[in-house]
Amino acid sequence: MIEIKNLHKSYPIGKDSLHVLKGIDLHIREGEFVSIMGSSGSGKSTLLNIVGLLDEHDEGDYYLNGQLIKNLNEKKAAILRNKFLGFVFQSFNLISYKTALENVALPLYYKGVSRRERLKTAMEYLDKVGLKDWANHLPSELSGGQKQRVAIARALVTKPKVVLADEPTGALDSTTTDSVMDLLKDINDEGMTVFVITHEEEVAAQTKRVVRLKDGVIISDELTKKATQSA
Amino acid sequence: MKFLFDSDTWQEIYGSIRKNKLRTFITILGVWWGIFLLVALLGAARGMENGFNKLFGNFATNSVFVWTQSTDTPFKGFQKGRRLRLKLSDIEILKQEFSSEIKLLAPRNQTNNLIIKDFKSGNFNVSGDYPVLDKIQKKNLLYGRFINENDILSEAKVCVIAEDIYKQLFDKNVNPIGEYIKINSINYKVVGVYQPSNGISFDGDAAYIPFTTFQKVYNRANKIDWMMITANDGVDIKQMEQDILLTLKNLHKVHPEDSRAFGSVNLGVEIGKVTGFLTGMQFLTWFVGIATLIAGVFAIGNILLITVKERTKEIGIRRAIGATPKEIRQQVILESVFLTTIAGMLGIFFGAVVLYVIDTLFGQGEDAALVNPTVNIPIILIAFTILIVLGTLIGMIPAYMATIIKPIEALREE
Ligand SMILES: Nc1ncnc2c1ncn2[C@@H]1O[C@H](COP(=O)(O)OP(=O)(O)O)[C@@H](O)[C@H]1O
Ligand SMILES: [Mg+2]
Repeated sequence: MIEIKNLHKSYPIGKDSLHVLKGIDLHIREGEFVSIMGSSGSGKSTLLNIVGLLDEHDEGDYYLNGQLIKNLNEKKAAILRNKFLGFVFQSFNLISYKTALENVALPLYYKGVSRRERLKTAMEYLDKVGLKDWANHLPSELSGGQKQRVAIARALVTKPKVVLADEPTGALDSTTTDSVMDLLKDINDEGMTVFVITHEEEVAAQTKRVVRLKDGVIISDELTKKATQSA
Repeated sequence: MKFLFDSDTWQEIYGSIRKNKLRTFITILGVWWGIFLLVALLGAARGMENGFNKLFGNFATNSVFVWTQSTDTPFKGFQKGRRLRLKLSDIEILKQEFSSEIKLLAPRNQTNNLIIKDFKSGNFNVSGDYPVLDKIQKKNLLYGRFINENDILSEAKVCVIAEDIYKQLFDKNVNPIGEYIKINSINYKVVGVYQPSNGISFDGDAAYIPFTTFQKVYNRANKIDWMMITANDGVDIKQMEQDILLTLKNLHKVHPEDSRAFGSVNLGVEIGKVTGFLTGMQFLTWFVGIATLIAGVFAIGNILLITVKERTKEIGIRRAIGATPKEIRQQVILESVFLTTIAGMLGIFFGAVVLYVIDTLFGQGEDAALVNPTVNIPIILIAFTILIVLGTLIGMIPAYMATIIKPIEALREE
């Protein structure tokens, strides 16, 4: 599903450049539940953004669903994102003036789905994350955990191949963290590839594979107890 | 273009407009004011123009009127202060000398008499005229006809009376045509009733009788009081007026520099002054209106630019979940056009309301300053097209700004 070979990424800072990813090799198969661990500034978000086609890499090869990602223009990137990827962000990134239902339905709008169909599908996904009764509430009327569940519903509504989550529990307390992780686990159980960034060991422990980053290189890549249990 | 007719596009625009109520309001204000000014001022200018047109209403606009007074300079042995009279022979000479300039010429004689019908009577102007008068100053006939050539040839005792004379002398619902009235104790058959114009009139509520009849009845021989002249198209009326006066001075042995001997009014020149003023006003109106409009549209562009900056993050989110740059740009431009158009429609609406109020306050009655102050549809369509074009052009700047930064940077924005 995701295949990365010798990936490099640098950010220009003034005249110098900051070498953030220094040769990443990573292969994630369909249906995996992977977390990336690492201290702050180790390049986790950079990696995820490249995987999510929100940013471009400098060197190396990246295949998404078998397709080589190279010299994408913005339009192609947007279409691929809409088709293959779902995003969940630490800060939720819901649109403040749209209701939960409208937020969930928005990716379908850009996919060209009719309004009626859109709202119906969005409602199904809201139901799935347990927020059917909150469909017509604005994000400001929801708790952090609820917001993140709306964001997850939005990430899922286009039936993407991969869900990318950048510290989805970073802004949540421990009980809501658990409910969000349970939700991601359920999604994975249904066969979806899930790719989570976290710096909490407890969160990583709930995934099936942990990749550890340090200073832009992978220092370990191993399966968790969960994976061995379910296998 | 398909996206224009997509209800979802409008749903999105409605959402973003509803969210930014204050911004929407401010944005609309500028354009609203511009188009409002344009409509209201153009309408008022039109009203004034109509008012003037009504004033000059029934006259051919290239008319010159000439009459006699007394000399102010001694000449060829004559003392100053000599009274002059125009003669029918003058008319013939003028017609010959200015055959290519003069279109119509009406010699006129007038007096004031008691007019009697049975037991009712009143004092009115009586005017001896040729049929040509009806061509120079159109008579709006309510009944019958105006004086014709036969009346002139046969010196017929017929008359065409003003509506007021008819109302004063006749009982209600009596058909006046064929009835007889007494003017200065002589019976005349009524052949027509006309409604005097609201504008300038030199005759008041007059009874018109054939020129030849007047000549005979009032012993005028070949003398006439004054004349009305209209020029052919393309003739310099001011020049014609001067040349005619000079010819008359020569005929009557008046000093060429004498400024009192002959009086004249050049309606063409007078109207020219007024229309020049009106054209100036219309020009100013367009200028002010369009300048305000452009300023208003720029304000919209500016505010959209600010909101695009404010909404950087939202735009980043939309792009992360699959909006293409083109879709983002389309939405921003459409918002711009939509806001300009709404503002424009409101401006036109309020402009129309104000014109309506002006019309009810100042536009009614016989001597209203403004008559029917309106703005015609083509002008509104032009203004509308300008709005849409400007709205699109100005919307392109924020639209471009909205997609110039990478989605990842947009998302990082707080
Ligand atoms: N757009 C950018 N420009 C310059 N430096 C950046 C940019 N994005 C991230 N960095 C730097 O790259 C490094 C890795 O950042 P990031 O991938 O966000 O780390 P993490 O998510 O693991 O905390 C950090 O030192 C960060 O300051
Ligand atoms: Mg990060």
